Amino acid sequence: MKKKVLIMPKEGILDPQGRALKDVLNEAGFDVKDVRIGKVIEIESDSLENLEKMVKDYIINPLIEDYEVL
Amino acid sequence: MKIGICVFPGSNCDYDTYYIVKDILQEDAELIDYTSKDLDRFDAVILPGGFSFGDYLRPGALASKTPLAEAIVNFASKGRYVLGICNGFQILTELKLLPGALLPNENDKFICKRVNLSVENISTAFTRKIEDKEVITLPIAHHDGRFYAPQDILEEIEANNQVVFRYQGENPNGSLNAIAGICNKSGNVVGMMPHPERISEDILGGLDGLKIWHSLIA
Repeated sequence: MKKKVLIMPKEGILDPQGRALKDVLNEAGFDVKDVRIGKVIEIESDSLENLEKMVKDYIINPLIEDYEVL
Repeated sequence: MKIGICVFPGSNCDYDTYYIVKDILQEDAELIDYTSKDLDRFDAVILPGGFSFGDYLRPGALASKTPLAEAIVNFASKGRYVLGICNGFQILTELKLLPGALLPNENDKFICKRVNLSVENISTAFTRKIEDKEVITLPIAHHDGRFYAPQDILEEIEANNQVVFRYQGENPNGSLNAIAGICNKSGNVVGMMPHPERISEDILGGLDGLKIWHSLIA
């Protein structure tokens, strides 16, 4: 079973990389209100249950990140 | 005093710290491999700076899942002394031995400079020989040093007097409440972004780092 996990900085936490990209896009003439940069992790494992366990206990920091299994 | 210095793959201040403990303090120093599980012989352990596991996933995240990290949790629960410097601080927050998290600097740049710090808790094992509110100067060298905690946790940290070091004057990285270092509730575990091991000899331009080390061995 292969799944992708989307990890994003929590709402309200400053993401300096996203801000830098937003500034560049706006300087290029686009009208961008917000950019946030997260990451995608692809995991091949035996079960969805174990995948959730891995993500919660080993991969994300719930203080600063939210996740979604895609 | 027997002091262990943790070595994770990618630690790079391990030998500097070992040198300070062994040659400057003349204490019994030993490097500890990240696969070790037994810390019984130590009075204190130091998690040095660097880029453990290449900062992959998040700084300190992978190091916090090693056998040594697990042993450090047990070691700290016995009231023994633990100091995390820079990447070591990041590992201690990932381990949840210390509250909060260290996020990328507000300006998204690696910052390497000297900073002034107000010492705000002198009851910890690493600050007990320092005057209350004394201002000391130590170097910082990090990309991810912006201390963050949700509002309720931040209030708890302040209420419990867990802020050990606060940036004085300029806040270099956007840390909440200008926090540069904190301790756990019992004060035996301290994490700090600045590097005392880099400023503990005259030839390196200062001695303020010694105040931390002399507190430890007092």
